Amino acid sequence: MKQTRFNANHRKRGAKMIEFVGWDMPVEYKGIIDEHIACRTAAGLFDVSHMGEIHITGKDALAFVQHISPNDVARLSPGMVQYTALMTAKGTYVDDMLVYCLHPEFYLLVVNAANTDKDYAYIVAQKGAFQVSLDNPSDRYSQLALQGRKAIPILQPLTDVALAPMKSFTCAFGKVAGKECLVSRTGYTGEDGFEVYSLDPEPGPLWDAIIESGKPHGLQPVGLGARDTLRLEAKLPLYGNDIDDTTTPLEADFKWIVKFKKGEFLGRDVLVRQNEEGISRKLVGFELVDRGIARPHYPVYLGGVQTGQVASGTFSPLFKKSIGLVYLPINKTAIGTEFEIGIRDRKVKAVVVPTPFYKRDY
Amino acid sequence: MYPNNFHYTKDHEWVEVKGDIATVGITDYAQNHLGDVVYIELPAIGKALDAHSTIGTIESVRAVSEIFSPVSGEVIEANGALNNSPEVVNQDPHGKGWIIRLKMKNKGDLQALMNAADYEKYLEGLEE
Repeated sequence: MKQTRFNANHRKRGAKMIEFVGWDMPVEYKGIIDEHIACRTAAGLFDVSHMGEIHITGKDALAFVQHISPNDVARLSPGMVQYTALMTAKGTYVDDMLVYCLHPEFYLLVVNAANTDKDYAYIVAQKGAFQVSLDNPSDRYSQLALQGRKAIPILQPLTDVALAPMKSFTCAFGKVAGKECLVSRTGYTGEDGFEVYSLDPEPGPLWDAIIESGKPHGLQPVGLGARDTLRLEAKLPLYGNDIDDTTTPLEADFKWIVKFKKGEFLGRDVLVRQNEEGISRKLVGFELVDRGIARPHYPVYLGGVQTGQVASGTFSPLFKKSIGLVYLPINKTAIGTEFEIGIRDRKVKAVVVPTPFYKRDY
Repeated sequence: MYPNNFHYTKDHEWVEVKGDIATVGITDYAQNHLGDVVYIELPAIGKALDAHSTIGTIESVRAVSEIFSPVSGEVIEANGALNNSPEVVNQDPHGKGWIIRLKMKNKGDLQALMNAADYEKYLEGLEE
């Protein structure tokens, strides 16, 4: 099993460790609910070093990233970050990802841990005549996410990067706790916060320094358990649950990452057609009306007939109820539409609700 | 940690017997393993249970597991307080977090269960 460079930090803290896509990762420390609420009300620190990092450099770097992404990468200047997809020729997801413009000829792609090798092989296969160099240095990167309203007071004393002036989805190089890092104002929780990338072979002290600085602010380390409940309340999609190579960004309600006017990209013709004809299904949020917890793959019934299955579903620690995401036929996606979810031997009533479930108020 | 007067199963349930009434819950090991308990499906009063049959379902934020009856009998009481406060199972698994009470059918069922010392030894084996 692969270990991140913070493995000893987690074990010292008494984390429950699990295997996640080949990585030995903390699933919880004090408990998912505690960690979730700490992140919503103060701050949480996440080890997300399992994420993949892919470098695209060279004369055609911009043109190449434009080719594999539906969002308009030309809008990025150095220091800007963009959420987008890695697209198949069918207009479906190979993965979702962040694109960092570090230099006009250097783009960093941050992809899901489960998909890193698949994504890199796919990207290499798309290279064709583009004059780019491709590299997958994921194993050299460590990544921490500091998320929550107290992120700035916790991180600022440790870094020479001026955090408050940073706009959302921008990045800057600087020192954090004495180590060279890339810091971006990004995250996967619905909170304000930062992600910190380091190539240091021994970044463990970085974790300790942030934890120490966070003590008076109520910072808690957060495991993969609460990472999932936090992202779902914010309706941030998870590859493999909500999006995959059978779903398009239009169906996933991510039309805003598809920029038809930018010119050619993989899958564009399919997406143009789908956009003109209209989508037949869409990813929407739901909550259970009756008691129970809807989880991924539970069957979904409309008028007694099974039409699909739950994409994401969990108990929301903030709202204390069962929430989730599901693909429904487009004429059944209006807010208030009722349907049923099969939970063991019962059919439980659910209703389509507005999303995101949680939106920060600061 | 594990009360001496309880009997234990390999599935991490406990049973406390007074007369022919058996109180059943999950062990501290089980609650710790599950994490924050957020939902429990309790059986109907009067339901007849065999030893090893499913009492109900217990869900934490990230996991679903079944609770099995350590002994046979008829459900005479379910801990309704858990509907509104399932976290009591985490806080007091061997006390206020009890799950059901059964009128036992066959006291011989207890022969197949572990005492506290054997259960603790069993847990040590799982840690390795």
